[in-house]
Amino acid sequence: MNIVVCVKQTPDTAATVTVQDGKVSWGDAPLVLNPWDEFAVEQALRTKEAHGGKVTAVSLGAEGAKEALKQALAMGCDEAVLISDPAFASADSLVVSAALAAAIGKLGEVDLAFFGRQAVDSDTGVTGAQVARRLGWPSLSLVAAVRALDPGAKSIEVERMLEEGRQEVRSRLPAVISVTKELNEPRYPSFMGIRKASKAVIPVWSAADLGMAAVPAPALTWPEVISPPKVDTQCEVIQGDTIEAIADKLVTRLLEEKVL
Amino acid sequence: MAANILVYIDHFQGQAGQSSWEAVGAARSLAQALGGEVTALVAAADGSALAAQAIQHGADRALVSDDPALAEYRAEPYASTVAKMARHAGGSALLFPTTGRTRELAGMVAVDLETGVTPDAIALEVKDGSVLATRPIYAGKLLTKEACLGRLHVLTLRARAFPKPEPSAGKSGPIENVPADVGAPAPEVLGYKATGGGVSLTDAGVIVSGGRGVSNNPKLTPPAEITDEKQKEVWRAQQGFVLVRDLASALGAAVGASRAAVDAGYIPYAHQVGQTGKVVSPDLYIACGISGAIQHLAGMRTSKTIVAVNKDPEAPIFRVARFGIVGDLFEVLPALTKAFKAKLGK
Ligand SMILES: Cc1cc2nc3c(=O)[nH]c(=O)nc-3n(C[C@H](O)[C@H](O)[C@H](O)COP(=O)(O)OP(=O)(O)OC[C@H]3O[C@@H](n4cnc5c(N)ncnc54)[C@H](O)[C@@H]3O)c2cc1C
Ligand SMILES: Nc1ncnc2c1ncn2[C@@H]1O[C@H](COP(=O)(O)O)[C@@H](O)[C@H]1O
Repeated sequence: MNIVVCVKQTPDTAATVTVQDGKVSWGDAPLVLNPWDEFAVEQALRTKEAHGGKVTAVSLGAEGAKEALKQALAMGCDEAVLISDPAFASADSLVVSAALAAAIGKLGEVDLAFFGRQAVDSDTGVTGAQVARRLGWPSLSLVAAVRALDPGAKSIEVERMLEEGRQEVRSRLPAVISVTKELNEPRYPSFMGIRKASKAVIPVWSAADLGMAAVPAPALTWPEVISPPKVDTQCEVIQGDTIEAIADKLVTRLLEEKVL
Repeated sequence: MAANILVYIDHFQGQAGQSSWEAVGAARSLAQALGGEVTALVAAADGSALAAQAIQHGADRALVSDDPALAEYRAEPYASTVAKMARHAGGSALLFPTTGRTRELAGMVAVDLETGVTPDAIALEVKDGSVLATRPIYAGKLLTKEACLGRLHVLTLRARAFPKPEPSAGKSGPIENVPADVGAPAPEVLGYKATGGGVSLTDAGVIVSGGRGVSNNPKLTPPAEITDEKQKEVWRAQQGFVLVRDLASALGAAVGASRAAVDAGYIPYAHQVGQTGKVVSPDLYIACGISGAIQHLAGMRTSKTIVAVNKDPEAPIFRVARFGIVGDLFEVLPALTKAFKAKLGK
């Protein structure tokens, strides 16, 4: 099978993120492979291991995003491509999805494209579905289990997490899958994998390489990025002689403050 | 026309959640500020009841696409149909409530309309005649304001971030039928597996959550047939979660959990609150045996009132809590359940 996994480089989730004069900074916190995308990479690898074929990791970002691609290679992806072009500097999801769809188109007859649930920096969670829409493929989002996959019959069955329960669906291939963390346990890169990845030469595709002669202007603008207003919560520690007295007092305080 | 606000009524098999009505209320406020009208968009097997409800909650009119192909939610026919209705009605913004369905749906509709999508907005304002939306990024560490100038702005609105309007039973308005567009290839729905049901976390007004601490009761002795250490811990945690559930049911609350509790197998992932789980903002959030890691806070920090029960007075959760009880949850929770029952008259 020809499998693609789209990965983004993001700041570590433990980073302290601040904004100054409209510029976002995460200090010296490391940039990592978006944690959700580890599940996508893992599922791509498992699919290849079960059915054969190859896995190509694709990322849109600055030159530094090659590090995230190397992480994907170290986990076991066969190839990687970086999409990088100054024209994508202020891209919104509309533009990113167009570029990723074009890249998937350029990778030949792709059967499955895996995405993470969302990027932990932009917290958007729409890119997979948007790429599917652009390609005209079914979008299988919030996938928690793959129940059956038949590459010959070009058919897949998955379970999706909806609030009301798990929706079980059958789809034709090619399709886009965005994963939840229910799906698997991502592997750690192997020593051999890390060595291979460190030597990998990752091709860079520009907008022109993707056939995007004119990169569309983003639809969104971000006039302001701010720190959330500091809410100074003074914790009132409830004291009392017995557990019962403490419990009573908490309930009384909640009623006084009209919380209930 | 341009001042019109469109609002999509999200539903599961014909039942709308309260976040859909919150979105209608938010649409109403925007329309007021812009001098326009609110049009509800309903795609369903039979959308007439939903359309009537939307109007009662504040929409001026509704567009309905009825089609048997819309009986089960599938992104593709829903997206094509909603995009078609949006083109038909015109407007400056299209609001969705944020649910598991609508992030992808809003994203796909935005592609069809070649426009921008702002997911999970928590505040809306009108600036220079267009919508400016505020939404959290970096798991709530920052907020960004987003605008989509000159095009229809597609947004999804976080549940409980906007007040739910009271329905007025007598109100009615025009309902127009728009034929659905269900041509796009879409997956086939085979069925559903329940994930426990209960109160929806994102819609819940009160949430009681348990963390790794719920397994920490050395006094409990697991049955002799459980020999595996890991299974003993899970058994202990299950006893702990019984106390969490008791408190939740005394309050009519939903049950949440930290990732540590989910990863250890104490409770299914559907209950996880946090950066990689659900983002909630109830009126009252009671965290039991949860330390308050930054990734957990990302999912519950915007709760109106936070109560922490933890035996470690230094636990970071106390820094975001309004009220705290320092103690062993195995003693505190039963006492709380009793006190709530007594004082709430249940
Ligand atoms: C990429 C990433 C994403 C993540 N996403 C999430 C997420 O979505 N949600 C999430 O919750 N976490 C998430 N985490 C994990 C997070 O960092 C913490 O590890 C997790 O929240 C800890 O859970 P906890 O508070 O239950 O456990 P602990 O940190 O172990 O805390 C247990 C607490 O229970 C208290 N306790 C113990 N026994 C008792 C007792 N008998 N009575 C009272 N109190 C007791 C202890 O004092 C302690 O404070 C994520 C981590 C990463 C790296
Ligand atoms: N710049 C990017 N390059 C490659 N993949 C991306 C990029 N941005 C988002 N994705 C993919 O889309 C998923 C959802 O991202 P988002 O919609 O930005 O939250 C991520 O988990 C990635 O799999």
